[in-house]
Amino acid sequence: MEENKPLDIDPLMMDFLLEHYKHPHNFGEIDPAEIAYEDGNPSCGDQIKITLNTKEGIIEDIKFKGKGCIVSQAAASILTDMVKGKKIEEAKNISKEEMLENLVIPIGPMRLKCALLALKVLKKGLYGKDYCDEDEDE
Amino acid sequence: MENKALCEIEVEKIREDFPILSREINGKPLVYLDNAATTQKPLSVIERMANFSKTTNANIHRAIHTLGYEATVAYENAHKSVARFIGAKSWREIVFVRNATEALNLVAHSFGEKYLKPSDEVVLTIMEHHSNIVPWLVLRDKLGIKVKFIKTKEDGTLDFDEAEKLITKKTKLVGAIHASNVLGVVNDVKKLRELARNVNAKFLVDGAQSLPHIQINVNELDCDFFAASAHKMAGPTGIGFLYAKRELLENMPPFLTGGDMIKTVTVEGATWNELPFKFEAGTPAFTEAVGFEEAIKYLSNIGMDKILAYEKELEEFILKQLQSMKYIEFYGHRKGENLALFSFNIKGVHPHDAASFLDRFGIAVRSGNHCAQPLMNHLNMENTLRASFYFYNTKKEAEKLFSALEETNRFFNR
Repeated sequence: MEENKPLDIDPLMMDFLLEHYKHPHNFGEIDPAEIAYEDGNPSCGDQIKITLNTKEGIIEDIKFKGKGCIVSQAAASILTDMVKGKKIEEAKNISKEEMLENLVIPIGPMRLKCALLALKVLKKGLYGKDYCDEDEDE
Repeated sequence: MENKALCEIEVEKIREDFPILSREINGKPLVYLDNAATTQKPLSVIERMANFSKTTNANIHRAIHTLGYEATVAYENAHKSVARFIGAKSWREIVFVRNATEALNLVAHSFGEKYLKPSDEVVLTIMEHHSNIVPWLVLRDKLGIKVKFIKTKEDGTLDFDEAEKLITKKTKLVGAIHASNVLGVVNDVKKLRELARNVNAKFLVDGAQSLPHIQINVNELDCDFFAASAHKMAGPTGIGFLYAKRELLENMPPFLTGGDMIKTVTVEGATWNELPFKFEAGTPAFTEAVGFEEAIKYLSNIGMDKILAYEKELEEFILKQLQSMKYIEFYGHRKGENLALFSFNIKGVHPHDAASFLDRFGIAVRSGNHCAQPLMNHLNMENTLRASFYFYNTKKEAEKLFSALEETNRFFNR
């Protein structure tokens, strides 16, 4: 372990995530939904389900439901904001770095799984079973 | 016999033996409260292993040269130290393995596959760590045996009425975690042993959490199997042991096979080496074995009774405080005997978030399901924070935890 590992959460900057956690955007479930996908991190119990409908290649509506830590749930709230009204292709191409940048606060190595769960769920939903996460094998 | 606890001055002196305890985390002195996961090592253990590598390193057994002889003696002596520490009749009853998990797998594979038949049953407690559940479930799928679980009562202790019903003539083995890594409760294993003996079942104790704190005598416990890991008791990682009664080990088939565990090999077959080497295939972790011996020496020099008595004082002090904090949801009922190990949550705060926040204060606690999902499900718990103390922890550190919890609660529950 490095001597000075990055802080997992800086409380001064944490307000942004806390706000999303307490008042999540796009919370709920679309029924019927064109695409629905749910996944979790078994080690910590974080769970996220994303449902969405598209129209002419654009994500027309998207909602998420879930439970877990602030980081995982706030990330889902932020991600649904990011992709709502965007082209499916754009959403498919969101990188992990981009996701992390949008969380505003630095996320330490031990919490990456929490921060990236929503993106994983969205991509698995959009790509279907063809999706493979190249990083998971690294 | 009077159990005199370590005093504050002694603990301060002890802390100097552990180099890592002077580390700072995020600019704050480390408060290490994750001892149920792994403990820190005193300098004597670190140096003993380094010195062994510098002066004595050679592969054990069958070497004619001096180093090989010295390493072999050191490795066998480590067995003897463990045997003395737990009151085994012979060092040949001590099988070195990687950790308690491997020891439990050894029992399931070797004893289980030889002695268990499709109609047989294994009875465990709902408190088991995954390491004493999964090997038996795998064996169940292979052999068609049944695996049953003794649940806990309202007060958090094992339900012995249910145990009496579950342990029957069909039961061939009863296995129990000695001290729970989630609740801290020390189970009445002697009572379980009686139930096992009544039906002629073998009795297995997972001592991974108990041996670091409680003086164990396997003869007094009268268990057939006892498993533990060195790294949870001030020793190195990569080494643990299985104690089993000699007669059992003599009759059990090898677990892993290959080098060092054989007497003779022809293309037709092989005969097995003497105990315990029959179960120690391949080059073992002899450097770590020597480190383990040093850890046992370190603990023995302090005195296990003093360690336990001091930890009891810590436990009472911390329990009183934690249970009086209104925003803390506390798990476990603390009936009977308990370790200084506590599972709790700050109401409304996910334990991962709380653990991240505590880390900013240099406080290391664990968060999660603690590899005991069946217990968590049984108690309707999802994830918890767990603070587990060892003899080098202090009341002052506990107070740091309390005030950090206070701040965490204030931050998240504004």
